[in-house]
Amino acid sequence: MFEKILIANRGEIACRVIKTARRMGIKTVAVYSDADADALHVEMADEAVHVGAPPAAQSYLLIDKILAACKATGAQAVHPGYGFLSEKAEFCNALEAAGIAFIGPSVRAIGAMGDKIESKKLARAAGVSTVPGVLDVIPNAEEAVKIAREIGYPVMIKASAGGGGKGMRIAWNDAEAREGFQSATNEARSSFADDRVFIEKFVTEPRHIEIQVLGDKHGNIIYLGERECSIQRRHQKVIEEAPSPFLDAATRKAMGEQAVALAREVGYHSAGTVEFIVDGARNFYFLEMNTRLQVEHPVTELITGVDLVEQMIRVAYGEPLSLTQDDVKLNGWAVEARVYAEDPTRGFLPSIGRLSHYRPPAEGADEHGWIVRNDTGVYEGAEISMFYDPMIAKLCTWAPTRIEAIHAQRAALDGFYIRGISHNISFVSAVLGHARFQEGRLTTGFIAEEFPDGFHGATLDAASRDALTAVAVATERRTAEREVQISGQSPFHGRVLPPDWVVTIDGDERAVVVDLAKGGYDVTFEGRLLAIRTDWLPGRKLLRGTVNGRAVVVQVDALADGFRLFHAGADIIAVVRSPRAAELARLMPVKVPPDTSRLLLCPMPGLVVSINVELGEEVKAGQTLAVVEAMKMENVLKAERDGKVAAVKAKKGDSLAVDQVILEFEGPGPRRRPARGRVTP
Amino acid sequence: MQHILRELESKREEARLGGGQRRIDAQHAKGKLTARERLELLLDAGSFEEYDTFVEHRCSDFGMDQQKIPGDGVVTGWGTINGRQVFVFSQDFTVFGGALSEAHAEKICKVMDMAMRVGAPVIGLNDSGGARIQEGVASLAGYAEVFSRNVLASGVVPQISVIMGPCAGGAVYSPAMTDFIFMVKDSSYMFVTGPDVVKTVTQEELGGAITHTAKSSVADNAFENDVEALHQVRRMFDFLPLSNKEKPPTRPVYDEPDRIEPSLDTLVPANANKPYDMKELILKLVDEGDFFEIQPRYARNIITGFARIEGSTIGIVANQPMVLAGCLDIDSSRKAARFVRFCDAFNIPLLTLVDVPGFLPGTAQEYGGIIKHGAKLLFAFAEATVPKVTVITRKAYGGAYDVMSSKHLRGDVSYAWPTAEIAVMGAKGAVEIIFRSELGDPEKIAARTAEYAANFASPFKAANRGFIDEVIMPHSTRRRVARAFAMLRNKELANPWKKHDNIPL
Repeated sequence: MFEKILIANRGEIACRVIKTARRMGIKTVAVYSDADADALHVEMADEAVHVGAPPAAQSYLLIDKILAACKATGAQAVHPGYGFLSEKAEFCNALEAAGIAFIGPSVRAIGAMGDKIESKKLARAAGVSTVPGVLDVIPNAEEAVKIAREIGYPVMIKASAGGGGKGMRIAWNDAEAREGFQSATNEARSSFADDRVFIEKFVTEPRHIEIQVLGDKHGNIIYLGERECSIQRRHQKVIEEAPSPFLDAATRKAMGEQAVALAREVGYHSAGTVEFIVDGARNFYFLEMNTRLQVEHPVTELITGVDLVEQMIRVAYGEPLSLTQDDVKLNGWAVEARVYAEDPTRGFLPSIGRLSHYRPPAEGADEHGWIVRNDTGVYEGAEISMFYDPMIAKLCTWAPTRIEAIHAQRAALDGFYIRGISHNISFVSAVLGHARFQEGRLTTGFIAEEFPDGFHGATLDAASRDALTAVAVATERRTAEREVQISGQSPFHGRVLPPDWVVTIDGDERAVVVDLAKGGYDVTFEGRLLAIRTDWLPGRKLLRGTVNGRAVVVQVDALADGFRLFHAGADIIAVVRSPRAAELARLMPVKVPPDTSRLLLCPMPGLVVSINVELGEEVKAGQTLAVVEAMKMENVLKAERDGKVAAVKAKKGDSLAVDQVILEFEGPGPRRRPARGRVTP
Repeated sequence: MQHILRELESKREEARLGGGQRRIDAQHAKGKLTARERLELLLDAGSFEEYDTFVEHRCSDFGMDQQKIPGDGVVTGWGTINGRQVFVFSQDFTVFGGALSEAHAEKICKVMDMAMRVGAPVIGLNDSGGARIQEGVASLAGYAEVFSRNVLASGVVPQISVIMGPCAGGAVYSPAMTDFIFMVKDSSYMFVTGPDVVKTVTQEELGGAITHTAKSSVADNAFENDVEALHQVRRMFDFLPLSNKEKPPTRPVYDEPDRIEPSLDTLVPANANKPYDMKELILKLVDEGDFFEIQPRYARNIITGFARIEGSTIGIVANQPMVLAGCLDIDSSRKAARFVRFCDAFNIPLLTLVDVPGFLPGTAQEYGGIIKHGAKLLFAFAEATVPKVTVITRKAYGGAYDVMSSKHLRGDVSYAWPTAEIAVMGAKGAVEIIFRSELGDPEKIAARTAEYAANFASPFKAANRGFIDEVIMPHSTRRRVARAFAMLRNKELANPWKKHDNIPL
């Protein structure tokens, strides 16, 4: 076996590979850029080599630097992870020339699968079902219409070199086919400098289901079941699961065997993924083959018990597969949620900065045998950098059934405490809690269809509202019970805690009666008993307990008045008061926060270094609007959403105060959530 | 007999109505609670003991003898907050607009005198149109009687003012002399000369909560409404001792004193010019992350506030690198100096967190008198005899190092993180002065800068001299600080006898 391997990657995947290598007794070498000097993968590896500046093109993508690092450390093989150099044929060639093993497929396979049209032709040759269509380059609009008619509408016109939704058009009739051909060609030319387009059948109710294959250098190829990755946001997978709730055994077998046939066609070895699009009638069509380890591979590992990274390393060393197709048994259900540093309530804008709090749920099996696995490359106090993918972690759960795996995932998300940057935990929890998701009625349009206006926090179901009522009472009572133990009280004149309270959850009042019970409280609300049992104490960020016997995990941030509670995708403010205080609180004016959505305000006192937009300019979300310097630090102010500049109120060299207006935008700003309570500083 | 008891009850009923239902409704319509409703929220339920319910004014001019309302516009007495005694007065805007008469002032003076006698804090809820003009000089005399007691009580019992309506003219000087002023946003105003005279601004701009918390620093914080404000005063009260003869209160704590915070090891960025949020250190250092900030909107380059370590109150003064790089200037020096003196007066130990690149340069600062204002903070730290623990996280440059509760100002325990740089100034600036003749040779200068940085941009030079007691791991800061305060629990230190000092005002 290899004695030492280098991982030409960063973040969670580098850490994940190091874990397996370490278990196999293989020494590991990490590479890192300036931005990753303190990263987890650097700390975990036995050795680490600096490869350059933060931008990937100046570090992780530099083949020479990676080769030099291999030579300097004596690494015998390289695992490329995913992304970066993982599917670069020239990297494989360079390694081969240097006598270093590539832990991945052959150059031939990478090359064959790297081209969308070539790969489809190969797939057809191998008897793999492909989307009806014409893979030849379409010469003109009339030809496009003719082909479209032959295939039958709707059709998709796609750029050969396309990706990320660019150069793609859907046509439902001749006119749209003609128009779509033109615009797809234009877009392909400007985006990829390659204006070749082709036409294929547009699949309705599409699901993204992919088959994991694994081959060795001795001609053995097996498939390890499928993963359903239909939950996507702008072609970015968010939630994946294995198996798919949609496939029957026959379809699975057919897809698996076709995937193996394709792999055999290109002499595939190592781990690979054959992606299919599946329509509502379980017709499946080949999309593409990814010649690397997939981000979402852990769900396959959880239901098959196979460590894919270990298999890749063994295959690269030349070992034959120890598994046959008959050994592959799918056991239970696994769900993965990708935890991203982004703000789901602001159009999923990436959020970068310091993870002031990062407390993942405990990994391993619980008393039911349900498993939590968290693949990450960060730690509390680490930095989410602007230079790389803003993924914080891949949280996976396993349970015997799908619904249990979903419940396990939601419970794990409830216990995943991240602060300092925005994250999508509430969003993925809301998706997992969605009835349509739980029924397994998925398509790749799920998020766009179910969250058409974006995400504004999940609404609480009745059970969760009850649970949070009880949680609010418990947190307030425990806090008050400690307050009344303060020293220096007038003897016999202490404060008595009465049984009657009013719980206000986001404006909705509930009068409750609270009785002390062993290990918690019996909360009576409208004649119903909500029995909460918890060991929560003031200051704890997580409340774990039961409400009427049902387990709950709630994140608790103490506010100046009340608590901000996070649970099941909901983010609410709960205030618990005496009935009299609640009555008086009702007299307080409701203050509407001033609408600042149309303004760019100066976030700190400072000097304007530049105003980067002009009057009347249309700006896009994420675009730099202005730069303000405070004590030699430059702060880049970016647009939160699209808009048009209506007024420029400051100029270069101006000295501004906090909240001074820099720019005004036209029209009513998009709906914003009302300002929330402050987190107790 | 029964009818006499009934008469008392009916007189009480009448007094409780203050200026009558119509005025109570008007008060509510303005989003304000009445004087008695406020006390209900401020004090433990059922704990209020009212005095002088039936006091009336003695004015007979301008038809005032026809208008007498029991209580005369202020509700006074005592009660408890979480079982601890506190004296209160709450001005009743429904009665003569809360205007202060001689009798009204006497009621306030009575509770202040009692508070001084028994050693308990005074909380005043201000909601008053000003002097009772019909009474003339008698009303002014009343104010002065209150002022005089504010001064005598200063440093003896904590005094807290909550401005919950107008507070104008001479009336502002009573709250001004108390320890803390809190305001209610959109419904409270303070000014010496009103918008009728100062015509170019609105009432809000002249003396609203934002003005006084962000611009003038007259107020220590502002809250959204009456309910929130009173809740916050209760929260703050739990940090304070009842008088200068007592230690601050303690309460059970659910946070381990030796809690390790590995994330603090990466708090200070590798780049010395990159800011970080000092509040993260505060929140991870103190019990349960519970921090009550004083003046959060003013001079944000320094952070002041109360927290607890092992259940006991401490006062925290910390430079904030996020704002003006954490430098000291006129505003931050004044803000911190006043806070330090409050803590010292009431036996609250001080924790100072230092990352200070020096004093803010410029003519605005010099003309504004930074020399004397900076001296206030220096003076305050130096005269303080309470336990003083200092942690230097990064920069401690020049005179600012001395000022920030250094060992030389009778600091008890000084710790430094390994990232600390204790020096006269940054390496670049120092080399440009020491090696001025070599400035033309960038290579030489670079070498000199590296040499200076290696020598002085570390905590070890100071540690060699014993100016730093120990260089500590950031992740163990809570344990170190907790042990330092535990060690200092019985500290005794007295200043020489004096009538009073002469702090550079």
